[in-house]
Amino acid sequence: MVLADASELSEPFSWPGSGVTRVPFRLFSDPEIYALEQQRIFRGRVWNYLCLEIDIPNPGDFKTTFIGETPIVVIRDENGDINALVNRCAHKGALVCLQERGNKAKNGMTCVYHSWTYDLRGQLKGIAFRNGIKGKGGMPDDFDPAKHRMQRINVEIYCGLVFGSFADDMPSMEDYLGEKLSWMVKRNFDRPLKPLGVHSQIIHNNWKLYAENVRDSYHATLLHTFYVTFKVNRMDMDGGIVMGDDKWHHISYAKRHELDETDEYDKAGVHAAQYESKLSGPELLKAWDEFPDGITHCIQTVFPNLTFHYTLNSLCVRFFVPRGVDETELFWIYLGYEDDTEEQTRMRVVQGNLTGTAGLVSLEDGCINEFVQRGTHMSADKEAFLEMGGRDAESSGNSRATEAAIRGFWEGYCGIMGFR
Amino acid sequence: MSIFPADVANSNATPVTDPIIRQQVEDLLIDYVHAVDDFELDRWPNFFTEDGIYQIIPRESYDQNLPLGILFCDGRGMMVDRILALETANIFEPHTNSHITGRPKLSQNDDDTINARSNFNITRTMQDGRMEIYATGKYIDVITLAGDKPLFQDRRVVLESRRVDILLVYPL
Ligand code: FES
Ligand SMILES: [Fe+2]
Repeated sequence: MVLADASELSEPFSWPGSGVTRVPFRLFSDPEIYALEQQRIFRGRVWNYLCLEIDIPNPGDFKTTFIGETPIVVIRDENGDINALVNRCAHKGALVCLQERGNKAKNGMTCVYHSWTYDLRGQLKGIAFRNGIKGKGGMPDDFDPAKHRMQRINVEIYCGLVFGSFADDMPSMEDYLGEKLSWMVKRNFDRPLKPLGVHSQIIHNNWKLYAENVRDSYHATLLHTFYVTFKVNRMDMDGGIVMGDDKWHHISYAKRHELDETDEYDKAGVHAAQYESKLSGPELLKAWDEFPDGITHCIQTVFPNLTFHYTLNSLCVRFFVPRGVDETELFWIYLGYEDDTEEQTRMRVVQGNLTGTAGLVSLEDGCINEFVQRGTHMSADKEAFLEMGGRDAESSGNSRATEAAIRGFWEGYCGIMGFR
Repeated sequence: MSIFPADVANSNATPVTDPIIRQQVEDLLIDYVHAVDDFELDRWPNFFTEDGIYQIIPRESYDQNLPLGILFCDGRGMMVDRILALETANIFEPHTNSHITGRPKLSQNDDDTINARSNFNITRTMQDGRMEIYATGKYIDVITLAGDKPLFQDRRVVLESRRVDILLVYPL
């Protein structure tokens, strides 16, 4: 389905007059709007997360991924440059790279269907039977391999993260994020990273419900009761929300209460959750002070479908890929740093229990968005009510009892979708 | 105890020939899956030694010896917390799991612990009756016979798929 214009939706869509404090449920289940998002958002003027630089360290290394539902291959060439290509053969359109990862340094990329061969930049090098067999068949004389290639998309590497865009005129990543938000990406990612492990989960909901969910600081202590149940005071902290200028990305952060440091910290600067906790295995929350800013919990979103979290010392890239109007695959990509000690790696691993598909404080998000999907899918003409924390989408220095970041998401969404 | 899953593998192991040992180990393996399937979850930590390790990890990460999987418990305390959390704090749609396990391959280490590897297949049934294969994989176990009953010293649940449907809350 190709829709050139929002007005071409078979049922026209316009945003309710009350603005982003209301969100029509139709947005979560209409397949035409979903198709339009593929074009206007994912193939439009955004930076999409593709992979980590460390996923493809050597020439020829590739990693396949998706921009929206479009299959992409990211590959490092002989010069060390990273290329992003639509993973689609210029002949009849078959996938060119079939594995999730691998190396193509030796012979370039060859499509298995009719053996068209591409270099590491996606340029067609040669085709099988170009001159036919025994003088019969073959390509017309004017066939020119130089005129055929895999579709290239723009790439920017930012703090070890590889981003891609179908648009040619994108601002730099730095400007895309803006000053108020880019510092946190630098803080967390701008040093040599070490992979700790990846898994994914299928959530049965529209991708935007997860985009809302990670901006929903209101639900955190209500739905996720682990911290409360186990009397872990640590999460009872001051924090705030920072919105970027475009509103569609944000940071939600928290700092531990000022604790009596002399009691709290042992010689190594490591402290377990000794206070008040009912945990039988307190090592779960063993952490160390890693950054001078005192921020011990941070969720950062990057429009459209990327989130980072830094919780205690657990660092993770969450990348959620639309797999249909009511299905999303959420990747949890856990990282440490090259220079981590064994003990630090261990703490990051143990803290990994808090998040992910089995996360003690996140597993509810695997089903809660599905509950919204199921609750709303027959109510296209009804809408969500989002007035917690006011009606605007501004930063708030002291409270996370707000839906400001969700409203910010919808402001950005309306703009790029042409729904305003 | 190592956080790295593949460090557990012991290459000096010898085959298990004593049928009584095999019987004991098979009883432990089957008792375990029945306990978790039947929601006798308070028993779950007691299948492990006090400092036992339990980890659920996708095959991709296991094969690369990456340390961070989906769930990791080091010691019974963390297992007790898991059970208390799912019984009192965590919110999820009611469902049951049913394990089918294969006959284990066993070998014996110098320190008299037993290595066991067995396959499993878990069907999940949701409250509305929907049934799916939820997980397929293998158990890589180190079992100690030192006490009055055999216990897991280390149990790695290696999932064939890195992709979990909806969420994971019950031990597998
Ligand atoms: S489709 Fe790729 S070579 Fe024909
Ligand atoms: Fe959540």
